[in-house]
Amino acid sequence: MPEQATSGAGAPTASGDVLRAPLVLEYPFRRTTGPVIGAYFTGLREGRFVGIEDESGNVICPPVEYDPVSGGSLTKLVPVGSEGEVTLWTWNSRLSEGQPFDHPFAWAFIKLDGADTPVFHAVDAAHDQMSVGMRVRARFADERRGEMTDLVCFEPIS
Amino acid sequence: MRDVAIISTAQSKHVRAASEVNEVELIQPVIQEAIERSGIGRHDFDFTCSGSSDYLAGQPFSFVMTLDAVAAWPPIAESHVEMDGAWALYEAWVKIQTGQADTALVYSYGKSSPGDLTRVLSRMMDSYYEAPLWPTSIDFAALQARAAIAAGVTSETEMAEIANRSRTSAGSNPLAQLTSSPSVEALLADEYLAEPLRKHDCPPITDGGVAVVLAADDKAREYCSRPAWIRGIDHRMDGHHITMRDLSVAPSIAIAAEKAGVGAGGFDVAELHACFTHQEPIIKAALGLGSDVDVNPSGGALSANPMMAAGLIRLAEVANRIHSGSVTRGVAHATGGHALQHNLVAVLEGEG
Repeated sequence: MPEQATSGAGAPTASGDVLRAPLVLEYPFRRTTGPVIGAYFTGLREGRFVGIEDESGNVICPPVEYDPVSGGSLTKLVPVGSEGEVTLWTWNSRLSEGQPFDHPFAWAFIKLDGADTPVFHAVDAAHDQMSVGMRVRARFADERRGEMTDLVCFEPIS
Repeated sequence: MRDVAIISTAQSKHVRAASEVNEVELIQPVIQEAIERSGIGRHDFDFTCSGSSDYLAGQPFSFVMTLDAVAAWPPIAESHVEMDGAWALYEAWVKIQTGQADTALVYSYGKSSPGDLTRVLSRMMDSYYEAPLWPTSIDFAALQARAAIAAGVTSETEMAEIANRSRTSAGSNPLAQLTSSPSVEALLADEYLAEPLRKHDCPPITDGGVAVVLAADDKAREYCSRPAWIRGIDHRMDGHHITMRDLSVAPSIAIAAEKAGVGAGGFDVAELHACFTHQEPIIKAALGLGSDVDVNPSGGALSANPMMAAGLIRLAEVANRIHSGSVTRGVAHATGGHALQHNLVAVLEGEG
């Protein structure tokens, strides 16, 4: 039995006729990222972006391993800019654990210069700064480890 | 192809939180009701297939425990999909097509109330690029709504009208969770939940379940006076990454619709698995439905949205209307994933 279930704070409690007990669900896998996703995270660690060219010549960023139409393997990594344009956005004031900020921010699709598909990330801006077509640049973490959180967010280019 | 029909259905009363029952207790009476309505003996099903999610139940292989609700002794031929029950029905339909079964029991259920549902659903996202940021299901729906409005597919006013119409329709559905709506004007006066979505654009959090019985050919005619024949059924999926899709359209619905024979038209009713208001116009456009089709008379997923069941409920709602003789031909749609990523379309028809 988990230690938590026998200690005071996490013990089952009875509310009316309903028995309640704490439950922590985890899938603690570790994965290797491979030559395509790994290249993207290596780029983030170095403070830059890479995309991948698909069979029709479009640059997909973040890069994917397979062509979106044919399913063929993709290998041609290409550099992509660290600035770009907001194509879709919504405002997030329902903050929850694990999200990039503990203050309201925008979720957005951002098409980086040189890419044909957008990345999904947070834009740290005031609500009235947000618009489709606005220019933003990447803000990287000071200490980077080759993972998604190396990219803190995007911010408006004023 | 064998003729396969839905010959009976049953649903739970859909509620915000069925705290007093576990999954087995929630779905057992629903299964019992569907079996009794079919007239087939409970040990006489050739195949049983269910749909549910371990992420909602909070434990791996949770569906195995729910088999207690179908009495799996003596041993039965059984399968499960970690998907909406509409895909369990699809698997059962394939099983019947292969000739390995003439009858099948299909059920699905979801207790969406424990935990934070919108965070649980964020685990459906790509685990490298998107899930680490913990966006919620509502955030992605909001981005899709933005794309649909920008493309002229819908508007905030039409979205409020869909919310109002759906929940007003649900007033005649005794099993629905939300059964009335403020006026369109009052809805539009509300604040944004996630721009451009307001609370009314989003589905309720619902606990509930559904069961249906399938039978082939003469078995269907033997046990049902007016079977709801599955004239066509197909499912297709759009791409893995949400950023690589044009979210204002649903190409996979259009392909599934073509394969299922939706193009022949003639529908009296459509039950569409639109969890968010803006998704209804996207689905209708992909299906090519005109304004003459009665859409979601049950109230749809906007009025009761039990996870893993709301898609199969769409098929059940069309089948119920065919069984009762109130309609002759209908189309049902079910979806999985974020922003209409994976879609199933079925054409159901009664005879005479």
